[in-house]
Amino acid sequence: PPAHSHSDWIGPPDKLSNLRPVIFYVPPEESALERRLREARQEAQASNQRFWARHNRAFRQEKEEFIYSRLKAKGLEMRDESGQKATLNAEEMADFYKDFLSKNFKKHLQYNRDWYKQNFRITFLMGQVALVRALRWLRRRKKNVEQ
Amino acid sequence: GLFVWHLRNTGARQIPCRFVHFYHVASNRLITFQYFNFLKRMYVTQCNKDLSQRAKPKSDSIVSPFHELQQLDQEKKVVHKISSVSPIHQSWSEMSSRNELREMKSAAETEDSVIPGGAESKEDRQWKEMKLRLDDLPGILARLSKIRLTALVVSTASAGFAMAPVPFELTCFMLASLGTGLASCAANSINQFFEVPFDSNMNRTKNRPLVRGQISPLLAVCFAASCGIPGIALLTLGVNPLTGALGAFNIFLYTCCYTPLKRMSIANTWVGAVVGAIPPVMGWTAATGSLDAGALLLGGILYSWQFPHFNALSWGLREDYSRGGYCMMSVTHPGLCRRVALRHCLALIGLSVVAPVLNITTWTFPIISLPINLYISYLGFRFYRDADRSSSRKLFFCSLWHLPMLLLVMFTCKKSVLEKEDKGKLHGGSNEMAVEIRLP
Repeated sequence: PPAHSHSDWIGPPDKLSNLRPVIFYVPPEESALERRLREARQEAQASNQRFWARHNRAFRQEKEEFIYSRLKAKGLEMRDESGQKATLNAEEMADFYKDFLSKNFKKHLQYNRDWYKQNFRITFLMGQVALVRALRWLRRRKKNVEQ
Repeated sequence: GLFVWHLRNTGARQIPCRFVHFYHVASNRLITFQYFNFLKRMYVTQCNKDLSQRAKPKSDSIVSPFHELQQLDQEKKVVHKISSVSPIHQSWSEMSSRNELREMKSAAETEDSVIPGGAESKEDRQWKEMKLRLDDLPGILARLSKIRLTALVVSTASAGFAMAPVPFELTCFMLASLGTGLASCAANSINQFFEVPFDSNMNRTKNRPLVRGQISPLLAVCFAASCGIPGIALLTLGVNPLTGALGAFNIFLYTCCYTPLKRMSIANTWVGAVVGAIPPVMGWTAATGSLDAGALLLGGILYSWQFPHFNALSWGLREDYSRGGYCMMSVTHPGLCRRVALRHCLALIGLSVVAPVLNITTWTFPIISLPINLYISYLGFRFYRDADRSSSRKLFFCSLWHLPMLLLVMFTCKKSVLEKEDKGKLHGGSNEMAVEIRLP
């Protein structure tokens, strides 16, 4: 993002977490409220990134292991003669999906709670900041009119 | 989606072009045809995109686990750096080092990696300014409110209105449709507001406006409020309080029950089916002002329809659901998933028979609708028995044309209002005579 920009910039989805990182602009006269908002957003971004990166990595790893063990049980290799990676079809993978979902159920419940809290808090702060800015703008206009 | 819950986690629905062609035939659906023409254009492009997505292997490469671990350790270190101190410079450096990492990763990636082609993904890879442009706003809001799904919801509500045994009032119809549409927009926006990180992780939904940062969550909520409140007010004051109450209840059911429940229990499917069943009921109550058996029957038909539709759809999304943490029958109880779909296909036949019993349609309705109901039941049975991708797709695509066709046939077989009035007069007359005789 260019140095002169006055807004936040959002990037392409992260390879691991699939979330899009945001670079936050810090205005020179940032109020305390605005700083709280920015920090809340940064914190949320970091924690979401950590969660999903770890979770997706675990998914891929466990999926690989599952495929490997199933192929071994069938007596096949990971790669066939042409060098292509051997995969299982959707029905065989279904057992893995079911298992993975139930294993991570509690983790997801906790994450949901955290995410909803973060989301509401950030949106509420955004609302407060917007309100303060609007009032400031109105006051400035009133001053200009009076002058 | 909002009331037609199958769309809940997918922004894009795929409707085959036959659907549009079909609507062309219905003369009383001119407005709907225009809607769907617009829908058709979008669907064809969407279909192509989706198809191309399926054809390619996943773009996030299947790098060997060891490799990934190394990269992740480095990434972890970077992440720790930010949390310790947070001046701007630090966050900038974090970003640049992350970019470096990404470059390293892409350089180190094995032949497994596939670079997705096309202009869309190239644009996707750039950093974008998070500034709202007014000319982008209509498109963004359309996607936020899942406008195509909303259009379908409004058409099921219109079907409910049309089937009600009262003379047709245009203003009431327009107000009811508008109110329902606004309520649907509101509910869809809130749904997207709640689901940002999950949508980012699923292929179908990763291009939604909130995920891409095209709009702020605050604006999404404000938009939802500015659609929902006038929508419900319009329904309550302009139509009748019952319809308004149903609309408000449906918004609540969708956003506060169904959306969180998706991640907690498979019961979400049944709740979602109710969400889908309410709009035609709303259409009926808008016309008649009361909740009679006819409204419940129409709601019942839509309720039953949701199951073959959604269960078939979810069969192909098991991987995404599993990774995203969604509790769906197709993942946790696959046998139940297929049984329920079949059960409800058969229920549709039963409900079609009930319609003439309740005097909503003539007896030709169950007869004419029998072929299509039998066909969807047959596909439901195939899905139950085979449990594979092709049978699930067949069932899903069938459900897409089955519903509009069923509703259209129902409308053409609707029992004429005049017929009923004549019958009423006859009965009223004989009662009068009876009273006269009794009086001394």
